[in-house]
Amino acid sequence: MRKRVIFSDKGLPYLLLAPQLAITFVFFFWPAGQAIWFSFLRQDAFGIRTTFVGLENFAALLEDPLYLASAWNTAVFSFWVTLVSMAVALGLAVLADRHIRGAGVYKTLLIWPYAIAPAVAAVLWIFIVHPQVGLLGRFLNGIGIAWDYKLDGGQAMLVVIVASAWNQIPYNFLFFLAGLQSIPRSVLEAAAIDGAGPQRRFWTVIFPLLSPTTFFLLVVNIVFAFFGTFGVIDALTKGGPAKATETLIYKAYIDGRVNLDLGSSSAQSVVLMLAVILLTAIQFRYIERKVHY
Amino acid sequence: MHRRTLLAGAALALAAAAQPAGAQTRTEIQFWYGLGGALGERVQEQVARFNASQDRYTVTATFRGSYVEVMTGAIAAWRAGNPPHIAQVFEVGTATMMAAGPAIKPVWQLAQESGIAIDPAKYLAGVRGYYSDTQGRLVSMPHNSSSALMWVNLDAFEKAGVREIPRTWREVRAAAEKLKAANATPCVMTTTWPTWVMFEQQSSIHDVGLATKANGFGGMDAELNLTHPFFLKHVQFLADLQRDGLFRYGGRDGAAGNLFPSGECAISFGSSAARAQIERDAKFRWASVPLPYHDDVIQTPRNGVIGGASLWALTARNRTPAEYAAVAAFYAFISRPEEDQWWHQVTGYVPLTLAAYEKAKAEGYYERNPGADAAIIQLSRAEPTPNSQGFRLGGFVEIRNIIQEELEKVFQGQQTVPQALETANRRGNAVLRAFERANRS
Repeated sequence: MRKRVIFSDKGLPYLLLAPQLAITFVFFFWPAGQAIWFSFLRQDAFGIRTTFVGLENFAALLEDPLYLASAWNTAVFSFWVTLVSMAVALGLAVLADRHIRGAGVYKTLLIWPYAIAPAVAAVLWIFIVHPQVGLLGRFLNGIGIAWDYKLDGGQAMLVVIVASAWNQIPYNFLFFLAGLQSIPRSVLEAAAIDGAGPQRRFWTVIFPLLSPTTFFLLVVNIVFAFFGTFGVIDALTKGGPAKATETLIYKAYIDGRVNLDLGSSSAQSVVLMLAVILLTAIQFRYIERKVHY
Repeated sequence: MHRRTLLAGAALALAAAAQPAGAQTRTEIQFWYGLGGALGERVQEQVARFNASQDRYTVTATFRGSYVEVMTGAIAAWRAGNPPHIAQVFEVGTATMMAAGPAIKPVWQLAQESGIAIDPAKYLAGVRGYYSDTQGRLVSMPHNSSSALMWVNLDAFEKAGVREIPRTWREVRAAAEKLKAANATPCVMTTTWPTWVMFEQQSSIHDVGLATKANGFGGMDAELNLTHPFFLKHVQFLADLQRDGLFRYGGRDGAAGNLFPSGECAISFGSSAARAQIERDAKFRWASVPLPYHDDVIQTPRNGVIGGASLWALTARNRTPAEYAAVAAFYAFISRPEEDQWWHQVTGYVPLTLAAYEKAKAEGYYERNPGADAAIIQLSRAEPTPNSQGFRLGGFVEIRNIIQEELEKVFQGQQTVPQALETANRRGNAVLRAFERANRS
C-alpha cells in the first residue's frame, strides 16, 4: 500500500507541476514526436505532397556511404574534443589548485572563455588560423608549411577540434577545480608521509577520488561534442572541405534546412536521439560501476 | 540611414496595426530579403521610395539572413500558415519554388487579378527566360540579376608585362604564367562561386548542357551531364593550373570574395554585383571583362546565364485581394525605367528592363564606367539556346554543393578529374530523382 500524499486533492500538485511540464512538452516532446512522425514520410519542401514511406528514409541512410562517413567523423571529433578538453582542463585545475600568488586571477581568466558563444569563439579562431588573415596561418605559410584548412580535410578537422575543445575547457576546469578542492587534505598528507611523490599522489589518490567528477564530465562532454559544436563547425568550415568535418548533427541540419529533405533529416535526428540515449545508458550501466563515490 | 528607415518602417507597421480597418488604411505587406550590407540598404531605400510614392500600400522589408535562410524561413512560415507576401529567392531555388503550386502566386496571375499591367516583353530576354514557365508566362519577379565576369588587376598585369587582357582560357594561362614569373601578387588566380562560374556559366557560353531536358526546363526527369568531355577538359585545365601554382581554390560560394579586392590574387572570377565592393576596396587599377572561353571548343562564345534572385509572392488562407494588389503595385514600381536604372547603377546588378539599359546607355553611363556593361553584353550577345537559357533543376542548392565537394577532393589530390565528375554526376542525379519523387503529385 502506498502512502497517501499530504495534498487533500490532486489539483494543486498538478497545477504546480504544470509550467515545467508544459515547457518540457512544447520544447521537447512535441518536436521530438514530430521528428519521429516526419521520419516516416516523404515530403516536398512545402509539405504539399506527403507520402507515407515507412522505414525507407532509415534504409536510405544506412546505405549512404556519406552518412556512414559522417558518423565516423562524429566519432573522431567527439573523441578528441572530449579527450583534449578534459585533459587540458585537469592539468590547469591541478596547477591552479596550488597555493600560488594571484590564484584567483588565474582562475577567473581560465573560466572566461566559457562566456563566449561557440560561433563567436569560431570567429576568434578564424583570426588565428585563416591562411591569409590569421596570425598562425600566415606564419605557417611563411615558414613553408602548406596550411589551408579550407582545402585540407585533416587540417580542417584539427581546427574544429581545437576550437571546440578550447570552448569547453573552462567548464571542465571549473568542475575539476571544485573536485580537487573537495579532496580532504588529510588523505594527501597521509600519502605524503608514507613517501608518495607528487606523481604517485596524483595517480593513486587524487585521480581516483576525482572519478565522480571525471565521469560526469565525460557524459556532458560527449553530449556537447555531439550537439553543442554546431556553431563552431558552421562558422569555421561549414562541414567542409568535401564533408571532412561534417558531423551527424551538421548533416541533419544541411539535409533539412538547406537541402529541404525533411524526411531524411528527421530520420537522422531520430538516429542521433537513439545514439545518445544508448551512449548515456551504457555509460551509466558499465562505467559508473568503476567510479568511487 | 539604415536604422532610421527600419525604425520608420516599424513605426508605420505599428500605426497600420493600430488603425481600425477602413477605406483610409494602407494595406501592409511583408517583404523578406537576403541582401546584407550596402545592398540591403539599397533595398530599404527603394522600398521607402515606393511607400512614399503612393498612399494605398505599405511594404515592410526585413533582412532575414542569407539567401538560404530567407528561402527556408519563408517555406517554414508558409507551412505554419503565416508567410511573408514577398520572399526573395536565389536563382538555384527557382525549380523548388516553381514546383510549389498552391504556395505561390505567379506574376502573370497577380497582374491579371489586380489589373496592374506587368508586361513580360519589357524585361531582358536572359532575365525573363530564367523566371518564366514553359508557356512563357512570368512566374517570379526579376529583382537582382548578375552575371559572372573576370576581374583583373591592371597594376599586376603591367608589372608582369601582360599587355592584353586575356579573352580565352589559353591566354589566361599565358598571362598567369607571366604573373607568376614576375611574382606580381602573392596569388595568381582564384574564383568565387566555383560551381556557378566554372560549371553553370562555362557550360552556357560553350553551349554544352549541364543537364538533359534543356537543363531541366523540359521536365523533372532531367539528368546531369557532368561527364561530358567539355567538363572533363575544363576541370582538368583548372586542376593543372592549381598543380602549377597558378590557381588557388579560395573556398565555396563567396568565400574567396576578398582575395581580389585585397590585392592578394591578380585574377578572379565572380559576380558583376561585386563591382561596388571592388570599387570601394581595391587600391589598384582594375578591369572587368566577359568570362574567357576555350577557343578550341567554340569560336564565338554564347550568352552567359544570370545569377542573383527574384521575388516570389506567397499565398496564405486569409490573404486579401488588396494584399495581392499591393504586391503587384510594388512589382510594377521596381520595373519603372528610372527605378531599374538606379538599382543597376548603385548595385552593379544588370538592368532588368530594356528601357533602363537604353536610358543608362543614352546618359553615357558605360562610357564613364568602362566594364559596367560587360555583364549585359555577356548576357545578351547571343540568342539563348536550350543549353544557355538557364537551369531549372530540383535540389540545385545541394547539387552545387556536391560539385564543390568533389572539386575540393580534386584540389586536395584525393581523386582524379574523371572520378570527381563521375561521382558528382551520380550523387547529383540521386538528388534530382529524390526531388522528382517528392514532387510528383
